[in-house]
Amino acid sequence: MTSDSKKLMDQAERSRLADNKKTKVKALLQKYGIILVLLFLIIVISTIQPKFLSSTNIFNVLTQSSIFGIMALGMTLVITSKGIDISVGSVLALSGVVAASLAQVSSATTQYYPSLSDMPVILPIIAALLVGLLMGSINGGLIAFTGIPAFIATLGMMTIARGLALIYTGGKPISQFTPDMMFIGSKVGFFPVPVLVYLIMIAITWVLLGYTSFGKNVYAIGGNIKAAEISGVNVKKNLILIYGYAGLCAAVASIVFAGRVGSVHPGAAAGYELTAIAATTIGGTSHYGGIGTVWGAVVGALVLGVLRNGMTLMGIEAYWQQIVEGVIIIVAVVVDMRKNARKK
Amino acid sequence: MERDKEILVMKDIVKTFPGVKALKGVDLNVKYGEIHALMGENGAGKSTLMKCLIGIHPPTSGQIYFEGNLIENYSTSDALKMGIAMIHQELSPVEHRSIMENIWLGREPKTKLGLVDHKKMYEMTKDVLKLIDFNEDPKTLVASLTVANMQMIEIAKALSYNAKLIIMDEPTSALTNKEIEQLFSIMRRLRENGKSIIYISHKLDEIYEICDRITVYRDGQYIGDGDTKDINVNELIKMMVGREVNEMFPKVTCDIGDVKLEVKNLCYGRKFKDVSFDVKKGEILGIAGLVGAGRTEVIETIFGIREKSSGQIYVDGNEVRIKTPADAKQNKMALLTEDRRSTGIFPMLTVFQNVIIANIQKYIKKTGLLNHKKAIEDTNEFVKAISIKTPSIYQKVENLSGGNQQKVLVARWLLTNPEILFLDEPTRGIDVGAKAEIHRLITNLAGQGKSIIMVSSELPEVMGMSDRIVIMHEGKVTGILDNTKDLTQEEIMRYATGQAATA
Ligand SMILES: Nc1ncnc2c1ncn2[C@@H]1O[C@H](COP(=O)(O)OP(=O)(O)OP(=O)(O)O)[C@@H](O)[C@H]1O
Ligand SMILES: [Mg+2]
Repeated sequence: MTSDSKKLMDQAERSRLADNKKTKVKALLQKYGIILVLLFLIIVISTIQPKFLSSTNIFNVLTQSSIFGIMALGMTLVITSKGIDISVGSVLALSGVVAASLAQVSSATTQYYPSLSDMPVILPIIAALLVGLLMGSINGGLIAFTGIPAFIATLGMMTIARGLALIYTGGKPISQFTPDMMFIGSKVGFFPVPVLVYLIMIAITWVLLGYTSFGKNVYAIGGNIKAAEISGVNVKKNLILIYGYAGLCAAVASIVFAGRVGSVHPGAAAGYELTAIAATTIGGTSHYGGIGTVWGAVVGALVLGVLRNGMTLMGIEAYWQQIVEGVIIIVAVVVDMRKNARKK
Repeated sequence: MERDKEILVMKDIVKTFPGVKALKGVDLNVKYGEIHALMGENGAGKSTLMKCLIGIHPPTSGQIYFEGNLIENYSTSDALKMGIAMIHQELSPVEHRSIMENIWLGREPKTKLGLVDHKKMYEMTKDVLKLIDFNEDPKTLVASLTVANMQMIEIAKALSYNAKLIIMDEPTSALTNKEIEQLFSIMRRLRENGKSIIYISHKLDEIYEICDRITVYRDGQYIGDGDTKDINVNELIKMMVGREVNEMFPKVTCDIGDVKLEVKNLCYGRKFKDVSFDVKKGEILGIAGLVGAGRTEVIETIFGIREKSSGQIYVDGNEVRIKTPADAKQNKMALLTEDRRSTGIFPMLTVFQNVIIANIQKYIKKTGLLNHKKAIEDTNEFVKAISIKTPSIYQKVENLSGGNQQKVLVARWLLTNPEILFLDEPTRGIDVGAKAEIHRLITNLAGQGKSIIMVSSELPEVMGMSDRIVIMHEGKVTGILDNTKDLTQEEIMRYATGQAATA
C-alpha cells in the first residue's frame, strides 16, 4: 500500500475518534440516566407534596427501601451472571422465622423454644445467615451441577423454602423479641439502624463486585461463559458463591425485617423477590448478562422507594401504585435493551 | 533454545465424536521458533486437532509431547499454564469488560488484602500491550474495539501467559489488508523471539507469505508436511483436496438483461450517504472496499434490516417500500449475512432445519402440512453439490466445522431461489475446493437471469466473479467500474482508499 493511502486511512481513523466523543456523551447520559429519573421523581413529588423532603420522611424512604434494597444487592450479582433468583422472598421468610424463634424473650406468651432463656442477639443473626447461605448455595449447586435453568432451580427453592418456613412455625407467626433484636429495627439517635445495615451491605457488595476476582468472574460468567471457562475460571464454584450470596442478602434482609416488624410469619415477604428484581433491573443491570453495578441497584431501589412513598403521600391509591411500578419496570428494560442494541 | 528441535510432537491422535471420526490417527511436529501452517478442506479436522492440544476435547487416543514431556489429562487452564495458548476461530472475549479485565481474567493480581490490584493490573496490561505495539488504554471496553483489535487483545493475552506456542485458527478472516499486515509483523516478531505459532487459514497467499512449514490433513488423516518453499500452490491444493482444482473463478459472461434493482441516493445515518447503483438481470455486481467502508450496511439497509434515512429503492422499475426482511423476501430478495454466528445459523438445529428455514413456504402442501420428502431431497442435493461435510442432514449445525456452517447458510439462501441475491463475504472460511463450487453455483444463478450483489474483501474473488464493481470508501460510492481485463487490483485500491473517485 502507498504512503498516501496510509495517510488517508489515518484521517479516517481520526474522524472516527471524533465521532466517538459524541457517542461518549450519549453513552454517559444513558448510563447515568436513571439518576436523572430519580431526581425528576424527587422534584415532582416534593413540589406537589413538600412534606416529602422532611428529614423524617427521607429517613422513612430509606428505611422502607432497605429491605428490598439489600435483596437487590444479591440479585445484582445473580442477574449480572445472566441468572435469576426468585426464591429470595421465601428464603427471607425461612431465615426470618429461624432468627425469630431464637430471638424471643423468655417471657413471651407463646415461646417457640420454651426452655430457652434470652439469647444474645448474635445467635439468631448467625442462624439466619447460615440458613440463607445454605439455601442460596443449594440454588447455585443445582444450577451448576444439573445445568437446569436458574429460573427453574429457584422456582423450586421458592416453594420449598416457603414450605419449610410453614413447617417450622406450624403456620403461626413468631413475635416478642429481645430488646437487642428490636434495636436492629430502631434508630441510633436520628439514624435508622436498617439504613446503617443497608449501607454496610452496599459497601461489602461494592468491594465484592468491583475489587475481588470473584466479582470479575461474575461479569465474565454473565458476559461470556465460554470465555470464562477457557480462561480457567471455576464456573461451578462461582455459581454456588453467587447464589449463596443472594441467599445471604435475603437473610440479612430477614433480620432487618424481624427488627422492624417485631414479628415474622411464615408467609412473610411473599413477592419481595419481584421487587428486588425490579430494583435491580431499573438500576440498569442487564438480563442479557455481563452488565450490572452496585450503585445501579441502589438507585433502582431508591426509585421504587421514592415512588411508593411519594404516591402514598400524594394519596394515590395502592392499586394505581402497582400499575405505575409495572410501567416503570417495563420502560427500564426497554431502555436497557436499546442501550445494548445500539452498541452492536 | 535450539531452533531445530521440536516444541510439540503429536502422535497418532484419534478423536471420535458420536457418529463421527474427526481424527483418524494424525501426526503433527512443530519446531521452536517457526510458523507452522495447518491446511486442509473444511472439516478436515484442523480445529479439532487444536482443541485436543489445548485440552478442550481430550483425544480419544494418541500421545502429545510438549517440550519433550508427555502431557496427558489436562484442562485448558493447565495448557495455558504450560505455555500453549489459542486464539479461537470464533473469538471469545467478555465484551462488556475492559481490556485488562479480559487479559487477566481468572488470575487477577492481588493486593495484600486479597483484593484485585487494579493499578498493578493496569501497568501489567500496558507492558503486555507494548509487546505488540498496541496503544489502547487498558481500561477500554472490549466491546468498542474492532474485530482486529479484539484479536490483538487475544494475542496479548496469550503473551501474558508467557505462551511458547500460540495457535491461531483463521485469525484473518475478518481483517482488512492493513490489519493483516500488522498481524503478520507481530507474528514475525514473535517468531524472532523463539515463539512457535500454529497458523490455520484457507488463504493460500497468506500461507506462502508467513509460514515456514506446512502440514496437510484430509478427512481426518495426515497427508504430509514439508517446508513451504518446497511445496508449490498446485501441489498444495492437490494434497488438500485430493484432486486438481483448475478453475477458481468459472465466470462465464451470460446475457445481461434489464435493470432489476435500482438504488437511488440511499442514506443511513452517518454510516453511508447517497449510495446509488443498479443491478441488471443476470448480472453479478461486486461491492469492494475496505472493511468498515459501509458495504454491509448498504445491503442490510436494502434488505430492511436497518431502516434507511432517505433514498429510494426500485425493483423492476417500481419503487418499493422495504422496512423489514419479510418485505425484502416479498420482493424476491435473499441475503447471506456476513456474521454467521449472530445472524446466520441456528446452532442447536439440524442441518436440515437450517437449510429449509427460509424456504418453508415452498414445501407447504395443499393440506397445509410440510412436504418433508421434497425438502429432504432438496437439502441432500445441496449438501452434495457444495460438499457439506456432515454425517447426515440431521446433525446439529454447531457440531460442524466453521467452513461447513458457512456452506449450510449458502445452501439455505441458494435454495430460496431468489431473483435478487445479496451475498456478504460468501466464501469466508471456505476451502479452495468448495470455494470454486460456490462460485460455480453463483455463476449458474446469474446464468438463469438472477441478479447477484456480492460483497467481498477478497479482491481476486470480486474481480474473478463480477461483471461490474461498485467501490466504496467511508460510506460513499467512489466508483462503479466495468470489470474489464485491464482492471487491476491497484486501480480498485485507489478507489477503495479514496484516492480516486468518479462517482
Ligand atoms: N463437537 C462435535 N461433535 C460432532 N462432530 C464434530 C464436533 N466437532 C467437530 N466435529 C466434526 O469433526 C470434523 C472436523 O471438524 P473441524 O472443525 O476440526 O474441521 P476444520 O478442519 O477446522 O474445518 P474448517 O476449515 O471448516 O474450520 C467435522 O466433520 C465436524 O463435523
Ligand atoms: Mg476450523
